[in-house]
Parts: sequence; C-alpha cells; structure tokens
Amino acid sequence: MSDLLVVEDLTVTFPTTRGPVDVVKDVCFTVGSDETVGIVGESGSGKSMTSLAIMGLLPRGAVTRGSIRLDGTELLGRGDKDMRRIRGNQVSMVFQDPLSSLNPYYTVGLQIEEVYRAHKGRSRKAARKVAIEALEQVGLPDPERRVDYYPHQFSGGQRQRVMIAMALVCSPALLIADEPTTALDVTVQAQILRLLADLRRESGTGMVFITHDLAVISSIATRVLVMCRGEQVEYGTAEQVFSDPRHDYTRMLLDSVPRIDDSPIDEVMS
Amino acid sequence: MSEPLLRANELTKRFVSRGPLGSKAEFVAVDGVSFDVRPGETLAVVGESGSGKSTTARMVARLTEPSAGTLEFEGEDITTAKGATLARYRANVQVVFQDPFSSLNPRHTVERILMAPLVYQGIPPTGGKRAHARELMERVGLDPGHSQRYPAQFSGGQAQRIGIARALAVHPKLVICDEAVSALDVSVQAQVIELLRRLQAESGFSYIFIAHDLAVVRQIAHRVAVMSKGRIVEQGPVESVFGDPQDPYTRTLLAAIPRINPEWDRRRREGSPR
Repeated sequence: MSDLLVVEDLTVTFPTTRGPVDVVKDVCFTVGSDETVGIVGESGSGKSMTSLAIMGLLPRGAVTRGSIRLDGTELLGRGDKDMRRIRGNQVSMVFQDPLSSLNPYYTVGLQIEEVYRAHKGRSRKAARKVAIEALEQVGLPDPERRVDYYPHQFSGGQRQRVMIAMALVCSPALLIADEPTTALDVTVQAQILRLLADLRRESGTGMVFITHDLAVISSIATRVLVMCRGEQVEYGTAEQVFSDPRHDYTRMLLDSVPRIDDSPIDEVMS
Repeated sequence: MSEPLLRANELTKRFVSRGPLGSKAEFVAVDGVSFDVRPGETLAVVGESGSGKSTTARMVARLTEPSAGTLEFEGEDITTAKGATLARYRANVQVVFQDPFSSLNPRHTVERILMAPLVYQGIPPTGGKRAHARELMERVGLDPGHSQRYPAQFSGGQAQRIGIARALAVHPKLVICDEAVSALDVSVQAQVIELLRRLQAESGFSYIFIAHDLAVVRQIAHRVAVMSKGRIVEQGPVESVFGDPQDPYTRTLLAAIPRINPEWDRRRREGSPR
C-alpha cells in the first residue's frame, strides 16, 4: 500500500488580538490509497481545520506550517488557481450539511455536470451522461428523472448521496468526509456509511473520515487519529486505539460513549 | 403500582395548510398517542426526525394545543386548562431544551435567568434571590460565584446546566428534556446524563426524555416509547424494548446504531482495570 497523503508536522495558526493561537499543532499522519483514516475529536479539537488545510480552504488569515503531500506533490503554499485544479479533481470533500452545500437554484444534475466539466472540459452532453451514472452509482433510484430535480426535492439522506456523487464524479484519489452522517437519522446514517465504504473499496480512493462519533469511526476506519485541543493525542490502527489506548484522553473519551448494550440503571436500582 | 403522575390519552396533533383556492392539506404529526408517566420514573420517547416526538413533548408542556385527546396531571384534566390552573401546571412541569444558548436570554445574568420561573409563578425565592440562585447553581455543579455572569461566558455543557437549574427552580414534579444532551460533546454529555440521574435520585421527580439517540436513552430511561410517523409503535420497560424488541421498526432502529467493535471494547475494558 503506497502512501497517498502524507501530512507532516502540520500546524495551523490564527492571529488573534491576544496573540497567535495554534488550532492545529504538529499533526502527522498518512493515508494509503486503499484505506480510511478516521480523525476523531470533540468540538474545537482541530479536526475540521486539519481537513480544510488539506483542501486549501482555510479561512483568510490562517498561517500553516509543515507539509501536506498528495502523491508526492506538496499542497501547502499553493496558489488559489493551483488548488482549484486539485480540488474536486484529485481531492474532494463531503460536508456535514448537504442542504447548505448544494445550490438551491440549480438542479442537482447541473451541479454535478459543472464539477465534471470544470476539470475534464467535456461537452454538456457527455457530462450529463456522467452525472446520471454518478447518481446511479450512489444508489438513487430513477437517476434519469432525478438528475433534473432541485435539492429541496430530495430527503436529507438522498441529498447526502447527491453530495457523494458530486465528490466522486472526477474519480479523485482522496475523499475527505467531514461529519458526513452527523445530521442524518441513524437508519439513514447506516446506509450512507455502507455506501461510502463500498464506493471507496470499488474505486480505490483513499478516505479521511472526520467525526466526533467513536462508534462510527470504529465501523469505518482502518487507522485512527485522536485529536484534542489541536494536538494529536493518539495515532494507530483502529484495533490498537480502541482495544489498547495509550493516552488518558482517549480512555476518557471511550469511557464516555453511551453504550446501547448495557444499562447503568440496573446499578442505580440495585 | 402507583397512580400515574401524567396520563396522555390519544393525543393527536394535526397541522392544516391552506392552498390559494381554499384547498386544504392535512398533516397528522401525532396520531393518537397514549402513555403514562409514573412518579419518579423516566419515560423516554425516541424516534427519528419527523416521528412526532417533539410535538408530543410540546403538547405535554402545553406549548402546543392538541387537536384531539386529553392530558391528565395527578388525575386532573388539564388539556384545556387556563389561568391559575395552567399556571399551577406549569410550575409542576418544566422543560429543558436542546440548545441552551437559544433558550437562555443572552442579556440576563444567570441569577435573573434562574429566578425568572419564580417571578412568573409569584413565588418568593427562599433566602433571597442571590442565595436561592447560588443554591441552584451548586445543585447542578456550577460555581455559585458565577451567578452574575451572562450565558455567553459559559461553555455549552455549563449553559445546559443553567437550563437544568432553571427548570428545577420551581420544584417541578415532571421535567421534559427535549434532546437536552444531543448537542453536547460526548464527554460533557456523559457528565450531564450523570447530573440528570443524580437530581432525579435526590428529588424524586419524573422525566419525559425526548431523544433520537438510543444509546443515551439506555443510560437514563426506565421505560421507552418508540415513535414512528406520529404513532407509538412499541412501549415498555427499557430492558424489554432494547433486549427483546417486538416491533420491526424498533429492531431496524436498534440494528442501525453504530457500535464500537465489541471485541476491541472488551479487550480495552479487561486490559484497563480501575
């Protein structure tokens, strides 16, 4: 397995009135071309800032240090024009809230076609065919008709499928999924997780999966990075992190997860 | 078996939208829902979005009028209660909402927020406002020295504790928690669940706990009602609903919950004795 993404000593700093604040500090991890690396942490841990740094989408004013290499090419310090060529084509992203990531004024087909044509420069007709195929690939029934639907005509789970179709339309080498199932109902979440795992395996895409939910990470990631206050507190195979965590913070986090399979009420009652 | 504290009987909520030509479309959000809440117990109402669980909670809190059905509190019909009877009901039934920051007035100090229910009820605070507010803050694990601070000066978990303290200010017999821990980080969530359980053990009030997260519900509920499309599809003691679900929807819901790999989890727990 080759290393598709190599992140070394990544530090993201924001200037504030009270001096510079490191929101991400010396984070190191690698993603192979055939694996899912989970980044887990609570709010403010820096997990989303890490993903935005990879995408080159950090808010203005952010200062980055370290190195982010995709297939051997350095991404940090690239200009907007370069990053635009890379985004959507080599690296793409699925966000938490599909409703605010889709343009309500355009049909989903047009939005998928736009991504494809921007990178591949093909005709509208060819792009439309690709868009229909992409919708079919993500399991939307009747894609020939749905390609002309607007975002509001889909349910939340279906909209997330549309987002995934859009992210994968150019066959990127790396997919970053930032809390892609957090806003979804639990039954829909299960379907989307299965879809992401299947598509990733079929297409050989590397995936970075960001979430606050340890149970979700356990079901999808091969390796896990635990973040707390911008720092990497633990990094290892999923099996090692979940069965033999080295850091107190990871242990505390794992102890906090409410368990569906045991009930503490019994202890209180007895 | 003790008398129920609250009895909801065939509660129904219909929303009607009118079209331009007088056409009417009706949506039944809650469809004939019945349940009892006994003193000192926690009834969890679970379901996915659109299942009608929050509308049910709002009807019980008398924040939304039911289209049909009745509500009884301590044997008294309060479905259409007004004036003094409704005010008394509201002193007995308090609500903790999901987002503490949008349910706490940002321009009021914690003390003023905590005393507001007493002001509306016309109840004098015991030992004066300051002392009463400090006592409430202590009960929910907040520093009583912070009673003059504003909500924005607290973290999400602390703000939710303020919301809980406010609900307790009038000594309610029933506290409705509408997704009260859903927005919190997992470590903070565990602390707030622990707090809710401790307060119930101390004061003996009942909870109606509205949630979409079944793992959280398992930590706090004595009985569970599972809602889907406006109806209760299954209700019973927590052990039987989770351990031996009868309804196919409940089974689907339970099967969909992500779990930490049980083998890894077992090894971690055995490997780290406390």
